[in-house]
Amino acid sequence: MNHPLDPTTTDAAVGAALADLAATAPAGLRPKVLVETGLADAYAHIDSPIGPLTVAWNGRGVSEVAAATDGPTFEARHRAATGRDAFPMDALPRRLAEAIERRLNGDRRVRIDLDLRGHSPFEQDVWRKALEIPRGEVRPYGWIAAEIGRPRAVRAVGTALGHNPVPLIVPCHRVVRTDGFIGQYSLGGPDNKRTILRSEGLDPEGLEAQAAAGIRYVGSDTTNIMCLPTCRHARRTMDVHRVAFRSAKDAVAAGYRPCKVCRPDSGASLAA
Amino acid sequence: MDTDDRLSADLARDLDRAFDALVVAHQDRMYTIALRMLGDPRDAEEAAQDALVRAYRALATYDAARIRELRLRGWLTTIVLNLCRTRGVRRSARHARPISLDGDGGPALEPTASRNQAPAEVAERHAERERWASRLAELPPVYRAAVVLRHVDGLSYPEAAAALGRPEGTVKAQVHRGIALLRTMLEADARHDLEEMTA
Repeated sequence: MNHPLDPTTTDAAVGAALADLAATAPAGLRPKVLVETGLADAYAHIDSPIGPLTVAWNGRGVSEVAAATDGPTFEARHRAATGRDAFPMDALPRRLAEAIERRLNGDRRVRIDLDLRGHSPFEQDVWRKALEIPRGEVRPYGWIAAEIGRPRAVRAVGTALGHNPVPLIVPCHRVVRTDGFIGQYSLGGPDNKRTILRSEGLDPEGLEAQAAAGIRYVGSDTTNIMCLPTCRHARRTMDVHRVAFRSAKDAVAAGYRPCKVCRPDSGASLAA
Repeated sequence: MDTDDRLSADLARDLDRAFDALVVAHQDRMYTIALRMLGDPRDAEEAAQDALVRAYRALATYDAARIRELRLRGWLTTIVLNLCRTRGVRRSARHARPISLDGDGGPALEPTASRNQAPAEVAERHAERERWASRLAELPPVYRAAVVLRHVDGLSYPEAAAALGRPEGTVKAQVHRGIALLRTMLEADARHDLEEMTA
């Protein structure tokens, strides 16, 4: 290098020194950009009543919730399901972690954006409807089918719930068999479904005992309103006023009208 | 057809599939521009990230013909420079603390030497870059931007003029003025060193 006071120190030499100031982007830049634009996902672990879970998200929303596995297994499965890379992070962004915790604790008002690209409109209708079921309550598959205007698609509703990529956030565990039994669960099987429902204040065994006894609807003889058994209005009814029905038809025949909150007539035949 | 033309064609065809290639091709230069404009590696990473995300969102609203016609290098440069400008303003408004130049990142963030260089040479080269980075940081922002685009990033004068939204003659004058100021600083530094040696 020329001595700086040497008159031959040229602008070209200054230019060369400046060209040497080119830097390399930090390794984290590309993953951050791809995650923020939703072209890839980030993932981290959280705790839940059924053990550690892996949550994947990107700038558009949460894209997957799954039982925690090792990174490579999760990344391969995520890629197969979404076509996107997943980058491991130490933790969820604070606001997202708080929102998920509040949602799992029953706060339905907290907004959690979901990235459900690539799934059919039918599946998305099913999942959106499942989001309306309050914590501590359950609805039959047929109820979802009727509520989304596809009353005959009960089996397809079950399949769509089985494909729910974001279990717990979309509470497919709150959808049970039409005969009142708890039924299957995609996130680790029926035992997990019971555990989650129990953590939400329900008594799954009690529900199934009721179902086994043929009780599908519950009414109050003071209001003459009938509900699905876990509707908050049904659970408020005092035992002395509680009337059990085997079918919606029986309830209507006895002079009861369907509750406007749990809409027990959705997916039920009321015709005499 | 140069790399950017091919990239524009790919982006026009399938934005989501091609965007990663844009990130790979342009992230180093966008980070470099932000680092030399802002001084702080963390700020620079955020500005580069923000610029690339904005670029994606803008591209998503453009039709294919418009994307094909984009001059990516200049367009991305304009986005990152604008973000540096707002960040610079925000920062100086909030707390006028002296900016750390290569910051705590230093050699770890920037591969400065090939493996066969002796450690002393590596250290000397790093120190030399630090000195140039601090001289650059002392330039008024208008000259600094012109010098960074022309000499650090290596844009042509027409490209730099388009990216800065100024006439080419103005940019040339700003680059020359910037280089002259840098030479003055270099000479002052050298005189200072000489005085210390002979003191």
